[in-house]
Amino acid sequence: MGGYGDVQLLRDDGKRLDGRALDELRPVTVEAGVLPAADGSARVTHGLNVAVVAVYGPMEAHPRKIQRQDRAVIDVRYNMAPFSTSDRIRPGFNRRSREISKVTADALESVVLVERFPRSKIRVEIEILAAEAGTRCVGITAAAVALADAGIPMRDLIVGVASGKVEDTVVLDLDKAEDNYGQADLPVGILPNTGEIAFLQMDGDLSPEEFDLAMEYNFKAAGEIHQIMVEALQRRYEGGEA
Amino acid sequence: MSQGQDGAEQRLVTPGMAVGPSTGKRAGSGVIAQNESFIATRLGWLQEMNNTVSVNPINATYMPRSGDLVVGVVAEVRNNLWFLNINGAFQGLLPMSLAPWKVEFGAARMHMDVGDVVLARVQEVDECHNVVLTMKGVGLRKLNQGAVLNVPVQHVERLRGPNNERLQQLRDMSDCRIMVGENGRVWVDGDKNGIAWSRHAIQRVASDGHKTNFDALMAELNTMNKGDA
Repeated sequence: MGGYGDVQLLRDDGKRLDGRALDELRPVTVEAGVLPAADGSARVTHGLNVAVVAVYGPMEAHPRKIQRQDRAVIDVRYNMAPFSTSDRIRPGFNRRSREISKVTADALESVVLVERFPRSKIRVEIEILAAEAGTRCVGITAAAVALADAGIPMRDLIVGVASGKVEDTVVLDLDKAEDNYGQADLPVGILPNTGEIAFLQMDGDLSPEEFDLAMEYNFKAAGEIHQIMVEALQRRYEGGEA
Repeated sequence: MSQGQDGAEQRLVTPGMAVGPSTGKRAGSGVIAQNESFIATRLGWLQEMNNTVSVNPINATYMPRSGDLVVGVVAEVRNNLWFLNINGAFQGLLPMSLAPWKVEFGAARMHMDVGDVVLARVQEVDECHNVVLTMKGVGLRKLNQGAVLNVPVQHVERLRGPNNERLQQLRDMSDCRIMVGENGRVWVDGDKNGIAWSRHAIQRVASDGHKTNFDALMAELNTMNKGDA
């Protein structure tokens, strides 16, 4: 992500190519309970990203060597559908999906009360149906809603959100062009109620001041997305369905 | 437990939501104390009873507790024990010493094979979720007839009602024998029309049993011809 000097990512009026302000999110929608067979599920759209997550468990962890005597393990499988991008993706696990599955599992383990379910496994299947930059964050957000829908106890609803740098300017929620041609990307997993960070990665370079501004944008956006997540869960059950 | 959900004071909470100060109150299930306030850890309805704040979850998996009556399905048979699926994260173990028969070593399969349904009680659960079941006790037996229905675990209480009143009402109306396992499995035995009616009624109770107009619903269910269910 070294940046491409000849690609213009900010308009002359200071807005971004898609007309958003620097600290403006793409439109986010959240729906809980979309898969009847799963114990919990969610669909999140974030800009042109679409993620569907299914949660199963807690169940006995197999193979037994992965069992932990004092806590549950969270088994995350992040997968991008072959048709999720304009270039077909070869189906199956690859280096990138392994990495994202690992960091997502680590992030979720810090919010789920895993000590309540020794020797168990909670399976989280993240399927990215359409990708337009920021899919790991969308996956984390959808996984949090699906886990809540499955009745898994958690300390908070973790929110995935990213900021970055384009044309030496910090912007919130990079789209595809900004992700491809920008200078930095800072995806984080935030616990909105406590302000804790459960996951943070950085690709590219940010100065300390830029980092602080990017985190400020991330925290503000996390609050907005969290509100949408809560409303989605309430919408599912408020009608007295449960 | 699930009663009165549509009362004005009922509040739907999500994990991480602050649900009030913790001073002078106790944290029940689904709630943790953090910085002198209570935080909900599950999606569900907030309730406060006897100075204890808890969350009545909307979705839950069965967590066995000692003394629970459960309807289990034999999943594996060994020489001297059975493993039963009790609708939880872990299988329950039924050793031959806790079976109601005198079982010779190696002859466990003669008494119960994979797929058989039993009414058992949870004898013991350790901190690692090992579940030991027993069939020694009044009424605990292999279930040779009837049907097993599933209801969400968190709605079992709804099915029983206060002092088992609603369950008794269902038994009287359906003219069936009905046993409710804590693990969300319900055994129903009677004639086929009664079983079909019970299947319908139990699903209705599980989905609508918390509503205030439920008595009217029960009356409506009662007028339904058993043969039409």
